[in-house]
Amino acid sequence: MQLTDKHREYWSRNLRLTAVLLAIWFVATFVASWYARELNEIVILGFPLGFYMGAQGSLIIFVLIIWFYARSMNKLDKEYGVHEGEEA
Amino acid sequence: MAALTQSQFAAQLKKYYSFYTGGFIAFVIVLAILEQMGVPNKVLGYLFLLATIGLYAGIGIMSKTADVSEYYVAGRRVPAIFNGMATGADWMSAASFIGMAGTLYLTGYDGLAFVMGWTGGYVLVALFLAPYLRKFGQFTIPDFLGARYGGNIPRMIGVVAAIICSFVYVVAQIYGVGLITSRFTGLEFQIGVFVGLAGILVCSFLGGMRAVTWTQVAQYIILIIAYMIPVVWLSVKHTGNPIPQIAYGQALQGVAAKEKELNDPSTALGAAEATVRALHKEKQLATEEKLKALEEAMKNGTADSIVAEARAKLDTELAELKAAPEQDTKKIAAKEKEIKDLTGPEALKKKLKKAAEGAKAKAGPVAAHAVPFSGKGAEKKLLKENPDATPEEIAKAKAEDEKASNIKRKNFLALVLCLMVGTAALPHILMRYYTTPSVREARQSVFWSLFFIFLLYFTAPALAVLAKYEVYTNLVGSSFSALPAWVSNWSAVDAELMKIVDMNKDGFVQLAEITIGGDLIVLATPEIAGLPYVISGLVAAGGLAAALSTADGLLLTIANALSHDVYYKMLDPHASTVRRLTVSKALLLVVAVIAASVAAMKPGDILFLVGAAFSLAASAFFPALVLGVFWKRANKLGAIIGMLAGLGVCMYYMFITYDFFGGVDANQWWDIKPIAAGIFGIPIGFIGVIVGSMISPAPSKEVQELVDHVRYPNLEGDIDTRAA
Repeated sequence: MQLTDKHREYWSRNLRLTAVLLAIWFVATFVASWYARELNEIVILGFPLGFYMGAQGSLIIFVLIIWFYARSMNKLDKEYGVHEGEEA
Repeated sequence: MAALTQSQFAAQLKKYYSFYTGGFIAFVIVLAILEQMGVPNKVLGYLFLLATIGLYAGIGIMSKTADVSEYYVAGRRVPAIFNGMATGADWMSAASFIGMAGTLYLTGYDGLAFVMGWTGGYVLVALFLAPYLRKFGQFTIPDFLGARYGGNIPRMIGVVAAIICSFVYVVAQIYGVGLITSRFTGLEFQIGVFVGLAGILVCSFLGGMRAVTWTQVAQYIILIIAYMIPVVWLSVKHTGNPIPQIAYGQALQGVAAKEKELNDPSTALGAAEATVRALHKEKQLATEEKLKALEEAMKNGTADSIVAEARAKLDTELAELKAAPEQDTKKIAAKEKEIKDLTGPEALKKKLKKAAEGAKAKAGPVAAHAVPFSGKGAEKKLLKENPDATPEEIAKAKAEDEKASNIKRKNFLALVLCLMVGTAALPHILMRYYTTPSVREARQSVFWSLFFIFLLYFTAPALAVLAKYEVYTNLVGSSFSALPAWVSNWSAVDAELMKIVDMNKDGFVQLAEITIGGDLIVLATPEIAGLPYVISGLVAAGGLAAALSTADGLLLTIANALSHDVYYKMLDPHASTVRRLTVSKALLLVVAVIAASVAAMKPGDILFLVGAAFSLAASAFFPALVLGVFWKRANKLGAIIGMLAGLGVCMYYMFITYDFFGGVDANQWWDIKPIAAGIFGIPIGFIGVIVGSMISPAPSKEVQELVDHVRYPNLEGDIDTRAA
């Protein structure tokens, strides 16, 4: 088994995507909770924002991150020809 | 079914489960009609219990198998969406279903650490583990450690860590099963435990992962229906909006306004509240006085007389209860238990401490629900006691508040991290991603898993606020002669869940006169919302489904670690298929019986142990698993050092700081609570893997090829690691 440059490029694009999504995850979790006291000053539809992030906002972001990762990676597999056959 | 293609198989599953869902709803409707016809509640409770356990058993029997791959990984053809549902049920335990909303009710913002931690962890599963483990394609998590790092030592450490985490967790689940069964059928707790155990075993025993998977899908459907119906109803009742997650903003504002009123002695409500708080304060001081005397006596070795005195007092109270014209069997049993638990000075000390803490919590102002990391109220207290405090004194109190608030914030973040990383390291969850047909579906399956989990978790905060709104507006200030029905019902059933006493004898309910146990919120929601009893039965069935499904997954993990990793891979690699499955099933039975016996003893501190399992899993597995995929240089020595160091630091920290093991708060590092011990274990684990790998030679070419193999869903001329 020999890895080609194309394979290496696939892996580095995967790493880049992983890093970006991880950064979003970090902000949605830790930055949002660190500043929860301050964010609570902003009130939207009756919800103090800091509370809302912990209760629902961050969760929605998590779901979207995973959805986006699955979609992008499954596309990337095809683009680089490392996808599986239909009936694996 | 073997002749079906994957898409035909998926279509067939969709058909089956749609029928099943329809059938279940029809069953609930039939029971509702029976209730209207006057069938007693207890019978309805039994019907729910028997029907659901019978159903799970049926699925288990239909899925029985003698094929190794079917037994360990459900034949690897579980479509993404169904694996998502199964993971959801596997993941959400009795604690999530029944306890979560209650925790949020009691702790407000600070409880959200669990909501965030138990969902955000799936981001880590998706990005770092699920697709790669699926490509690797064997049976257990120690399998991966064994293949990637070579030799039996990493595999063995993995087995031990998997068993430690899963065992405490499964004890908690079986405990939950016993609790629910006994509450809704009137059976004794211990019998409830073993009835539940039969329900668990009947599916995992016959069909292993295959049966567990299809049962978990069925259990997910029941639990999500059971959770949603009462909340939606309550939301409509209070806000006129059927989407609780949006509607509760309005209720939250109502709650905040009430909190202000209750904390302001110049309003009528606030003034009444203040009188009750004063009574709690008195009680707190008196109890602390007693505690001090006891501690003094313990030092001098004269504590036995104090214990004897306390016991004599309880004995008289018991005699009085028994002499009463109308015997209250529940009260008598509670008193008898109290006497039995009073084993010596230590037990008495614990009891007094708990009473003092309880009184202290009620003596202070109500904490605001939406406010994160509230300080300890030093400034308010100072101004109340001494209105002419000097600016320096005020500044000092303010600084104290800020410090307390910052410590809370630090612990919140640490706990969130531990729960997230722990989620991404618990073997019973990771194992589920071995069962999808492809890497592609494994990725999608993580999405579906979190989506299905998210449905419940983002509803729980709404339920907590809606319930709080109900208590603050409809219960507080109502007359003791006309309590809402759900209050009198539940306080008659279980004083631990709902206790309400007119302390200041004014005939009206004050907030500080109510004691609510966290589990009450979910259990009583149907009654609060004014729904018939059949919905209460449904909620109990949902809680049972949550506990059973998690227990199934965990038991299978433990039994597989022992039978596959220890017996087959290490002791007898030539064992025949029949023999492997026989060993596996026998071990499953043994582990289940041990876990149930432990649960039947009602061990205390069970919730702490569950929290601890996350920190332990995070410290032991996460670094070695992730670096195993993302860092080719990681090798055997690194894995051994990293896993042992991570696990060791984590356990050591719990040992020196948690009072159950004789630890004390003073030993804490940077004020971090023992439940978040992983915050030290995880980085030490990473450092251990890196240092250990750097001081020893790079792994062999075969291992490096294995890493390439898991990184690419499909490589030409690739090696094959799939297990048969």
